[in-house]
Amino acid sequence: GFIYPESGNKRGLKARLRKLIPCSVGRRASARSQSNVEDELELSAVRHRPEGLEQLEAQTRFNRKELQVLYRGFKNECPSGVVNEDTFKDIYSQFFPQGDASTYAHFLFNAFDTDHNGSVSFEDFVMGLSILLRGSIQEKLNWAFNLYDINKDGYITKEEMLDIMKAIYDMMGKCTYPVLREETPRQHVDIFFQKMDKNKDGVITIDEFIDCCQNDENIMRSMQLFENVI
Amino acid sequence: MAAGVAAWLPFARAAAIGWMPVANLPMPAAPPEKNKRQDELIVLNVSGRRFQTWRNTLDRYPDTLLGSSEKEFFYDEETKEYFFDRDPDVFRSILNFYRTGKLHYPRYECISSYDEELAFFGIIPEIIGDCCYEEYKDRKRENAERLMDDQEDSKDSKLPNMTFRETMWRAFENPHTSTMALVFYYVTGFFIAVSVITNVVETVPCGSSPNQKDVPCGERYTVAFFCMDTACVMIFTVEYLMRLFAAPSRYRFMRSVMSIIDVVAILPYYIGLVMTNNEDVSGAFVTLRVFRVFRIFKFSRHSQGLRILGYTLKSCASELGFLLFSLTMAIIIFATVMFYAEKGSTSSKFTSIPASFWYTIVTMTTLGYGDMVPKTIAGKIFGSICSLSGVLVIALPVPVIVSNFSRIYHQNQRADKRRAQKVQKARLARMRISKTGSSTAFLHSKRNGLLNEALDLTGSTEDEFRQRKATSLLESQHHHLLHCLEKTTNHEFVNEHLYEQNCLEGALQSYTSRSPSLSSSGGLTGTCCSRRSRQKSAPLPNAAMPPGSSRSLQELSAIHIHRSDRPPLSTSRSSLNMMPDEAMRLNCKSSQITTAIISIPTPPGTTPDGDGHGPPSPSIQITASSNVVKVSAL
Repeated sequence: GFIYPESGNKRGLKARLRKLIPCSVGRRASARSQSNVEDELELSAVRHRPEGLEQLEAQTRFNRKELQVLYRGFKNECPSGVVNEDTFKDIYSQFFPQGDASTYAHFLFNAFDTDHNGSVSFEDFVMGLSILLRGSIQEKLNWAFNLYDINKDGYITKEEMLDIMKAIYDMMGKCTYPVLREETPRQHVDIFFQKMDKNKDGVITIDEFIDCCQNDENIMRSMQLFENVI
Repeated sequence: MAAGVAAWLPFARAAAIGWMPVANLPMPAAPPEKNKRQDELIVLNVSGRRFQTWRNTLDRYPDTLLGSSEKEFFYDEETKEYFFDRDPDVFRSILNFYRTGKLHYPRYECISSYDEELAFFGIIPEIIGDCCYEEYKDRKRENAERLMDDQEDSKDSKLPNMTFRETMWRAFENPHTSTMALVFYYVTGFFIAVSVITNVVETVPCGSSPNQKDVPCGERYTVAFFCMDTACVMIFTVEYLMRLFAAPSRYRFMRSVMSIIDVVAILPYYIGLVMTNNEDVSGAFVTLRVFRVFRIFKFSRHSQGLRILGYTLKSCASELGFLLFSLTMAIIIFATVMFYAEKGSTSSKFTSIPASFWYTIVTMTTLGYGDMVPKTIAGKIFGSICSLSGVLVIALPVPVIVSNFSRIYHQNQRADKRRAQKVQKARLARMRISKTGSSTAFLHSKRNGLLNEALDLTGSTEDEFRQRKATSLLESQHHHLLHCLEKTTNHEFVNEHLYEQNCLEGALQSYTSRSPSLSSSGGLTGTCCSRRSRQKSAPLPNAAMPPGSSRSLQELSAIHIHRSDRPPLSTSRSSLNMMPDEAMRLNCKSSQITTAIISIPTPPGTTPDGDGHGPPSPSIQITASSNVVKVSAL
């Protein structure tokens, strides 16, 4: 169809006639420069600079060198200083070439984006890593609970867990042995709930979760697995 | 794995903690980080210019020269740096590739020197970023053409083993290949010209005898003209038949534009021969003669420019259409206006709106014959507006057509688009191969890992070192991550072959009702179980069971599964994901299945393992093989 050219400001008939006369060109230049300034402000807002090294050292459990290495890697992949969700999904998907990691990456993104502003800055990133790699068992379990609790209401329901489980199974892709079936995630969720939900009320609270995990040897051991990743 | 992403591997591994509470099985041990050294700066001295970078940066691409141990050959002990005697300018782009993950092609570089540097440093050109890839390919194509042109000039002799038909076709298409072809080319050209001139002269009134009025030459010298026409048509017919005979694909040749022009050029003559000199049909016959003028289009075989013009018009069809449409609109508008403006005046030529069309067209194209002129004042005003707008409307689409022509003309001087498409496919294929390398690398290392466990069980230690493939620390960490995922979900990654095979087994097992304990009847049953080793892609029907197996030795009826080519993995360059919908295209129904029943010896008493759907524990399978790890259970 025919698209009328958009004009930012509504002009009256007089203004339109004035346009036809060549000498009135000067007036429009100022309006244009106005919008340029606004554009620039918007652009600079996207660039993000993290807090100083000392502050981050104080807030996290990484030492200076480790923070340097982390920041270099982070800034290399995201020169603007923040990761938005699409970039995050791209990066995470590269580690799982056989499956579709985007759903799980979405949940992970929400877990890292603690202030829920739609982007993960370096501070969010390094705080999350500090918990995961250098935190106590309690903190790690807390983080995991936060990841599973999609709507952050303090309870994990079966539907939330099913979503997470499906996302994890999606990362495996199609070519697995044994062949993935429709009900596999659901069964896994049922086993999980059987284990975790002590009072059988259909939801898991943070205390049930932490209690149960601390009593499970496998889980305790696997939590220590990534101690020396950095 | 892409460059900067390697920096995110620690993050991905840390995030794996999210799977831990969900997993039911114990996780595998993390790979040992032997001699984990602090990141250090290394100096690369390229012909005197020193570049410095972190060692980790170079380690991102372990299959290139700088990323592997190959660079140790260039290490200079005294100066403690790596010295390369290469071009420092090109090296800048190469080092930037390690830093940013994107390879750029600088425009000022010579294409062949750039290629050489890439080859030296072990980088495939296909990963050049999209921003520079077109430029790179264009330059490469130009270079290749230049080389080919040089070669062609030196290649005069005919290829010895071309059939007569091929020789003829080649002669028709390239008249410069042999003198016979050149002669033929000029002869046909001459006869086309003769035929066209004959048609023209036929209608000129020549020589008036006093007792007759002026007659056109055609009627005066009927016989002469008829002979001339016959000769031309015969030559054209012979030429057409010869082309038809020599064409590699006759159907395609008959559909091509040039052959249609040929046919249309000679058909009127034959129709004229067939038809009798009837008064009723002679009118139609005269009309047919008009088609003889199409012979002039045969010249387009002789002229490159004419062909390009035709192609341009074809490709600018939309612009031409727009021109026509806007002109029609304007004509109707102005014709209506002029008609009503001139309605009042007496003896006006504008008798109806269609009659005004002629005026409008003549005015808008600024022809201005003057056979119809407006007389009223209103008519004159609108007439002037009409002529002014005509100039505008026609001037608008014309530059588009002109630029199209110029573009196509220049394009025609370079290679065909077909060649470009072929190159694009090859490029995607190579990138796919390097990408699948990453996922198959995991499966390979898993196999090696399991193999090592097997060897541990059997107690041999020397083979361990031989067979443990050297994987970089990065790779081993990535594989550990994938291994954790497997443990969490209790499923294993397999490659496509085995996946399809499993699918098929599952499908067939539900299809044929066979009892788990195979035939105590010695009869042949059309069941299938095909067993393949991971290494071989072609099935071995009688693959010998590795010795020392305690499993049942049912020998197979083999099903040869033919399927069409593997569907391509994802074509996006930036993600290594295999999209699930593409994975689904590997549907389990193969395109052909032929069953060949070889033999089924009586099986030993043990019943085979279940349906193979139970979760396998890798340890059981390992005891069954020494060289091969079977993943599909029989």
